[in-house]
Formats: sequence, structure tokens, C-alpha cells
Amino acid sequence: MDVEILSRIQFAFTISFHYIYPPLSIGLGLCMVLMEGLYLRTGNAMYEEMTKFFTKIFALIFGIGVATGIVMEFEFGTNWATYSKYVGDVFGSALAAEGIFAFALESGFLGVLLFGWNRVSKGMHFFATIMVTLGSMFSAIWIVVANSWQQTPAGYHIVGHGLEARAEITDFWAMVFNPSSVDRVLHVWIGAFLAGSFLVISIASYYILKNRYVEFAKKAFGIGLTVALLSSYAQFFAGKASAEIVAKYQPVKLATIEGHFDSSASADMYLFGYIDTKNKTTHGVAIPGGLSFLTHYDFNAPVAGLNAFKPQDRPPALNIVFQSYHIMIAIGMLLIALTTFGFILLKKNKLFNKRWLMLVFAWSVFLPQIANQVGWYTAETGRQPWVVYGLLRTSDALSQAVTANQVVFSLILFTLVYALLFALFIFLLNRKIQHGPGYENDDESETHSPRLEEMAGSFGGTIP
Amino acid sequence: METFLGIDYSTWWFLVVGATFTGYAILDGFDLGAGAIHLFFNKEESRRIALNAIGPVWDGNEVWLVIGGGTLFAGFPKVYAAVFSAFYIPFMLFLMALIFRAISIEFRSKEPMLWWRKMWDVSYCISSIVVTLSLGVVLGNVLIGLPIDKAGNYMGSTFDFLNPYALMVGVTTLALFMMHGAIYLVMKTEKRLYTKLTIIVKNSTIFFVISVLLLSFYTLLYVPHLSLRIKENPWLFFIPVTMVLAVANIARRITQQRYRQAFLSSAVVISLLLILIAVELYPNLVLSSLDEKYNLTVLNAASSTKSLKIMLIVAAIGVPLVGIYTGFVYKTFKGKVKLDEMSY
Repeated sequence: MDVEILSRIQFAFTISFHYIYPPLSIGLGLCMVLMEGLYLRTGNAMYEEMTKFFTKIFALIFGIGVATGIVMEFEFGTNWATYSKYVGDVFGSALAAEGIFAFALESGFLGVLLFGWNRVSKGMHFFATIMVTLGSMFSAIWIVVANSWQQTPAGYHIVGHGLEARAEITDFWAMVFNPSSVDRVLHVWIGAFLAGSFLVISIASYYILKNRYVEFAKKAFGIGLTVALLSSYAQFFAGKASAEIVAKYQPVKLATIEGHFDSSASADMYLFGYIDTKNKTTHGVAIPGGLSFLTHYDFNAPVAGLNAFKPQDRPPALNIVFQSYHIMIAIGMLLIALTTFGFILLKKNKLFNKRWLMLVFAWSVFLPQIANQVGWYTAETGRQPWVVYGLLRTSDALSQAVTANQVVFSLILFTLVYALLFALFIFLLNRKIQHGPGYENDDESETHSPRLEEMAGSFGGTIP
Repeated sequence: METFLGIDYSTWWFLVVGATFTGYAILDGFDLGAGAIHLFFNKEESRRIALNAIGPVWDGNEVWLVIGGGTLFAGFPKVYAAVFSAFYIPFMLFLMALIFRAISIEFRSKEPMLWWRKMWDVSYCISSIVVTLSLGVVLGNVLIGLPIDKAGNYMGSTFDFLNPYALMVGVTTLALFMMHGAIYLVMKTEKRLYTKLTIIVKNSTIFFVISVLLLSFYTLLYVPHLSLRIKENPWLFFIPVTMVLAVANIARRITQQRYRQAFLSSAVVISLLLILIAVELYPNLVLSSLDEKYNLTVLNAASSTKSLKIMLIVAAIGVPLVGIYTGFVYKTFKGKVKLDEMSY
């Protein structure tokens, strides 16, 4: 294998692994803000326990997120030197802003969030929780702005020729608010809210299934489900807005997403299927003219197809783009159904005794994670063969000085270290969940403990 | 050439990069150093206290690395591309060590078993040392110059980074951070651990003095381009002279048990070392050992003036904010370490 494919595999692997954690931090952070806010408003000690319990899980997730995040910044320089030279002038400022405004904010206040319980006032601690969450959301802004610039470049001009060519910034705000950045930031944020809230839901469902910390779990479930319900609907609209941007600015990606070849025909929208790359057709179950309707509000309007683009300007892996996109959409729809169903049952007080549904919710933590991953696969593989859309090809973006052997070496290291890291993460997460929230009684009889009944009594069993 | 207060924008950004690197070295320097001496503490409680002394701040300190990398990437993309792709192996080792270090700190306290904690203690110590050494080795290589061609591509081979001078810079960096970290821990501890640390402070200061002297002689003899400017401008001798005084002041303040002053002196030593490097290199950032014409300089490697202006505004808004809440965090956790239920 050559340096290009190895470097691509390494970047894809390291960033996919990293991307398990930041969305969890953002979403869990939001849930913790709600929990601690409820604690300050009601004074109910159970919400304090809840915040502390999830803070410990948050610390675990955040730690791995930071450690695996620096890797990508370094890989820009080590593996993608030409790319770094090309884009440095334009979105170096976005990355610098991310470091200064976002990372410093979240990491600074993280210390107070984790260790400041007895050192600052309750209000100040709540403020720190909010700052950490805001900081993690800000970092999403800048990194998505930088990525969006690669998808829909704006506010730049090209200086120099050949290997010396590079993009220089002409308008900072045009770069920041490039055509796709706002919609994509929202899309990413909501995806993160889903990831975090489903983690809360999953842990709560597990406790309910095991009949442990039941009152605690019901309250946590309520908070998680509220965030998840609102987010899953919001994601429908944010996703649609992102799709419209793709239709307008990246017609090749759009054609690949639905496996549409013939430019003179109307385009279908597939529920599922596959692209037959040899015969240039797509098989599956489709809404006829669905994509035409989405882009032109007319079922018969022709949509630019893959045949209209030169082979060297099309994504090489058509089916990865197609399948990733359809898995994302399917999960998105499933999440809407699941959260709506759960919410109706919750309001009817019939939710928590449905064991099968609790089991579904306990496993549902994987759904937003998968959707977040494949969503990015769609965006990034659909952009190929360009690293900066229409300007710089991925094959031209490499480091000239780096050899295949070096990348093999680092790829093996990353694989081993990340496998270990992931195993440790699951092990420790499980231990934390087994250990449960801070109060005593970790056996089944705890639901009869006087302290818990007293706590349960004090909030009257209502769920927010 | 556009200027601001008589200085061109790329030189301003050179100062910003220098300042963030210095900030990083002072801040992450003490927690890396604390990690490097971690195994000198034998008792479980001592190790916990040492870990919790950096607990609330190490993450924030490491952010300076992200910011420092960002400022270099943004302001001098050619330098970023050249140096990072040239030192592929040390940077990958650096990243692995950084990951291990983070998870060692985070995971150690999560289980009570002795073997578990010892394992993470060793991992924490080794990874702190590897992070420091690899940073120092890369710095050492940049100081002697790299075989880069006209396009800024590295022409050397994979393991050229292992040369005596770079290794000496690596060891000196390690000694410097060990001293710096030990002084920080003395400030944060009491009783027996404190007594033990005062000895470690002395030994690591001696270690630093010896290695920096050796490095200085080696530099004067074999790397003459790193002392040209100071020889031509004798007034610049105030930098090394002040450095000697600052090191002497560390010893004095330690004997007086005024550890905050000792810590400040050690921060001054770090700053002066970096200032000395900046003075000798400027206007070059990376020297080409193939041909002087290929040197990457403040002028030929910088981003456009437009870009630099925007980033200087970002920095002007952002840095005071970072200063305010960094100050707040340090104030919150001021004083000797006390362990509680949320500690590591």
C-alpha cells in the first residue's frame, strides 16, 4: 500500500476513534447542566448525586477525548504537510480561535467541575459546569467551520502555482460563515446532544432493568429522554438543511448519496439499496423522484447525475457514501420513533415496567454513535477525491518527506494503543456504572433503604 | 511591508508563537516534571498527593500545546509542515506518550488494586519522560538545522533525529522540567513528602546545572551559529547572566523556604532559555543544512498579512480571557493539597 492510502486509513481511524468521545462530552455536559440546575432549583440531594455520578463518567470521557484529539492537529503536519501549507493561512485562524476560546475555557473550568465541589460556592460550581459545556460546544464550532471551509470554500483567493499554490484568506467572516458552516455546526451539535442523552438513558434503563437505584434512574431517564426527544426532531430539520446545502454546492456528492447516474432523469430517494458500479445503476427500494422533490420541489425535475462528472472528479468509493448516508437516515428516523414512543408511555406512566423497551433503551446508546460516525463518513468520503473541494486533491495533500514504512509503524502503534484504550474505557465505564451513584446500599434491597425512601418522598416521584 | 508599532506583522506573530511556547513550557513543564519524578515517591499517599497537586490544572496546561501548535500552524504553515513531517517518528512517540500520560492520570485512581495503581504510576512516569525527551530532541534538531530543500521538504533519513546534540537538548529539557516540577510540588505539599521533595529539588537543580553547562560548552564548540548574535552584540550577555542569577536565586529561595519565589525563578529560567533561542534564530525559524537560501524565515514562511492581522485580533481578545480564568482556577486550588472524595 502507498503512503496516500495508509495516511488516509490512519487519519480516518484516529478521527473516528476520537469522535466517540467529544459528542458524548457535549451531550452529557448539557444533561449535567440540567441536573445541576434542577439541584439548585429544587435543593433535592438526589440531583446532586446525579450530577456527581455523571461528572465522574464525564471525566473519563473527557480525558480520552483530549488525549486523542491532539493527534489530528499533529497529523496535519506529519502526514498532510502539503495540505497544511495550502490551508494554513485560511483556517489556521479557526484552529487558533478554537484553542484560545474553546479548549482553554473547557479545560480551565474542568478542574473546578471535577475537584471544586468543596472549594467554590454551589452557584460558582454550576457556572463551571456551564462553561465546560459551552467550551466543548465552542470547539465544535471552530473545527466544523474549518471542515466546512474544506467542503464549501469561501473568503479566500489562491496564490502561487503548482506545488507552491496556497489559499490565502481575504474575508474572515466569509470564511467563518461559509455556505455550509452554520447548518453543519447545528447538525453536529444536535448529534452530540443525542449521543450524550442516550448515554444517560442507557445507564438509567440498565438500573431500572436491574432494579437498582430505581428512583434515581427514573429521574435521570426523564432528563435524558427530554433532551433526546427534542434533539431527534431538531435533527430532522438540521439534517434536511445540510442536505440542501450539499445539493446546491456539492452536486457530485448528492448524486453519489442517492446513486443517481443519469443527468436527464429525475432522481429517486432510496430507503435502502446498493450501487451497481459496473452497470452504473442503483438497486433498492426507492421513492420515485424523491431526490428531485427534495432539491427542486418537483418529482419530475432532472438532477445532475454521476455521468455528468469526469471519473477523476467522482468519489472513488460510491457505495461507502451511499450506505453511510442511508444508515444515518434510518437511525435518525428510528430515534424519532423511539423517543416519541418512550415519551408517550412516560406521560401515561407505563414506560418503566416495559422490560423489553427498557432493554431497547439500554442498547440504544449505540444508535446515535453509529449515526454520528456514518454521517461524517458520508461528508468526508463524499468529498473525495478532493481534500479541499474543487481546489486540492487528497493525493496532492501528502507529506513529501514521509515514507510508507513510517506510516505503517504509526498505524500499528495507534491500532494497539487505541484497542487498549477502548478496552480500558469500557472496563472503567462498566465499573462506574456498577458502582452506581454515591449513596450507600449497592445491593437489591436498597429500594427499601430509609434514606432512599426519604429522598424519593421528598420529590414526590414526579419526573421532569 | 506593513508594520504595527514599527514591527512587521510576521515578527509580531513570531513573538506570539514564542510566547505560547514559553507559556506551554512553564505550565505543562511543571506537571511533566512532576510526572518524571513520580516514582521517587514510595508511599501510596505521597503518590496520590503528588498526582492531585497537578490534578485540577494539567489538562488546562496541555491546552497550551494545542494553542502553541495552532499558532505555528496558522502563522507559519511552511514551518509546521516541514518540521512535523521531518520528525515523524519522534512526534508519533510523543503522541502515544501523551495519550498514555492522560489515561494514567485519569485511570489510576479508578481501581484500588495495588498492581493497577503501580502499573499506572510507572506508565505516568515513563510517558512524562518520553513526552519531555521527544520535545527536547525535536527542539535540538531544529536548533542545529535540518536538511530541507527549496520546497521545505525534509531530505534526511528517518532516524537522523537521534544525534548527540539533540539528545543533549532532550536531557537538558528533562532536567529543567524535573527541577521545575519538583519546586511546584514542594509548594503544594507538607510533612514527609515535603521533606523528601526538598531533597529532590536540590538534586534536580544540580542535574539541570550540569546538563545546561555541558550543553552550553558543546554549543559554543560545535554549533557556532547559535552564539553568533550574542558575540556580535555583547549587551545580550545579560540573558545568560540573568539566567545564572535566576538559578542561584532558586537555591537561595529554597533555603529560605520561599517556594513561590523559587518557582517564579524557575519560570524565569525557562523563559530566558527560550528568549535566548529566539534571539539566536531570528529571523530564521528553521535553518536548512543544505543551503542557506532554503532557510525558512519569519518572512518567507509566514501567512499573509491579512491572516496575521486577524489572528492578532483573536489573540488580543482571547489571551486576556484565558489569563483571567487560568488565574481563577489556580486561585481556587491555591495552597497545600487536601485529598477528598472527588480526588484522584
